[in-house]
Amino acid sequence: MITKRIIPCLDVKNGRVVKGVNFEGLSDVSSPVALAKYYSDCGADELVFYDITASAEGRQLFTDILCEVARTIFIPLTVGGGINTVEDFDRVLKCGADKVSVNSGAIRNPDLVKEAAKRYGDQCVVISADVKRVDGVFRVFAKGGRENTGMEAISWIKRCVDNGAGEVVLNSIDTDGVKKGFDLEMLDAVCNAVDVPVIASGGAGCMDDFTTLFRTLPKVDAGLAASIFHFGEVKIPDLKQKLAGEGIPMRI
Amino acid sequence: MVAIVDYGVGNLFSLKSSLDAIGADVTVTSDEAVVRRADRILLPGVGAFEDAANKLRATGLDRVVTEEANAGKPLLGICLGMQMLFEKSLEYGEHKGLGLIPGEVRPISEKIPATLKIPQIGWNALRFRRESPLFKYIKDGDHVYFVHSYAAMECEESVIADTEYGAYLTAAVAKDNVFGCQFHPEKSGNVGLAILRAFVEYGGTV
Repeated sequence: MITKRIIPCLDVKNGRVVKGVNFEGLSDVSSPVALAKYYSDCGADELVFYDITASAEGRQLFTDILCEVARTIFIPLTVGGGINTVEDFDRVLKCGADKVSVNSGAIRNPDLVKEAAKRYGDQCVVISADVKRVDGVFRVFAKGGRENTGMEAISWIKRCVDNGAGEVVLNSIDTDGVKKGFDLEMLDAVCNAVDVPVIASGGAGCMDDFTTLFRTLPKVDAGLAASIFHFGEVKIPDLKQKLAGEGIPMRI
Repeated sequence: MVAIVDYGVGNLFSLKSSLDAIGADVTVTSDEAVVRRADRILLPGVGAFEDAANKLRATGLDRVVTEEANAGKPLLGICLGMQMLFEKSLEYGEHKGLGLIPGEVRPISEKIPATLKIPQIGWNALRFRRESPLFKYIKDGDHVYFVHSYAAMECEESVIADTEYGAYLTAAVAKDNVFGCQFHPEKSGNVGLAILRAFVEYGGTV
């Protein structure tokens, strides 16, 4: 049986992991390579790297670091941030990324998903959506969640999948950072609309939130989180052992 | 020396890196002489069968790989490279493979329940079916990383491991010195590296 995936997400700016990271035994806690290795050794099933750099120099540095990560660890790598063209796909795939996640780039250019899926295959293209309730309607937000595009989220995600996106990362702005659990209602709506893997993001505060996620929504394929892993509030080996003990398929 | 056959499909960076990581002497090459000189051959592949098979043929490396394998040189096909070891594939029409292992490649939709997602993407457990030198350092039930919509069928005699995704699908095959993995050992963590190490150490049939 295919396992549910646990995915830590690393935000990288100017070659360093941002958001304070606090690990014992890691001498360089903001080195993307050291952290990637740490998570891989802990049993993370996949890693997501978001490039939040704005400058061209930062982007080059990110690309170099990605190559270094891909030389060091051998689990699937997903890269997002600053992906606006098919050339951007090419740039990160050549460095050893397995999947590329697009967000604002797909909002600006709706053909991007289609072009990339045609060239690299559906399995390579991930649509990452920042979604928030506005007057009771799920809306897609752009620019890191700052700008309401006015688009209804479920139909937009469905359109991206129809265009060839092979996976969806759903980040609920409503639950992000609140640490009271994933946005089950929003996730359920997306799971019912698409038949590709859905990754839940935003809201995990403790191990039980993952149990609730996978129990309530068996269609969800993976849980993604950042700070609770970075700060050691939830340790990945403990989390996976607990979930496995509860009968949720895990790679131990 | 291990030759990774480069025939213009997909990115070989991770595969080469994984061989580097286990200390293997590895070369990515499209040069017939290098493939002939190598101790063993890795045949990678991603994308569509027809396109990949055509590209391999266009380089003439299909003949080189087949001859070397028939002469006893260890060969490991990975993902689409594994599928190409078979006689034919039914991916968008019918296309001829290298014919090194009896069997054919068919859509997994023929076997699995319609409720399951296609492609199968993610970590799944290996169920050993036969002993194999490839499994020297791993155990039954270990997880490896799959991304595929097609699988080898009608190949019961060569299956060394399968995996359960609504039905049992071929995960790894072997026939004498020719091996194939449907999953990606270069993305399967330490288990994947252990499989590559076993292949690199495999003494062959000669």
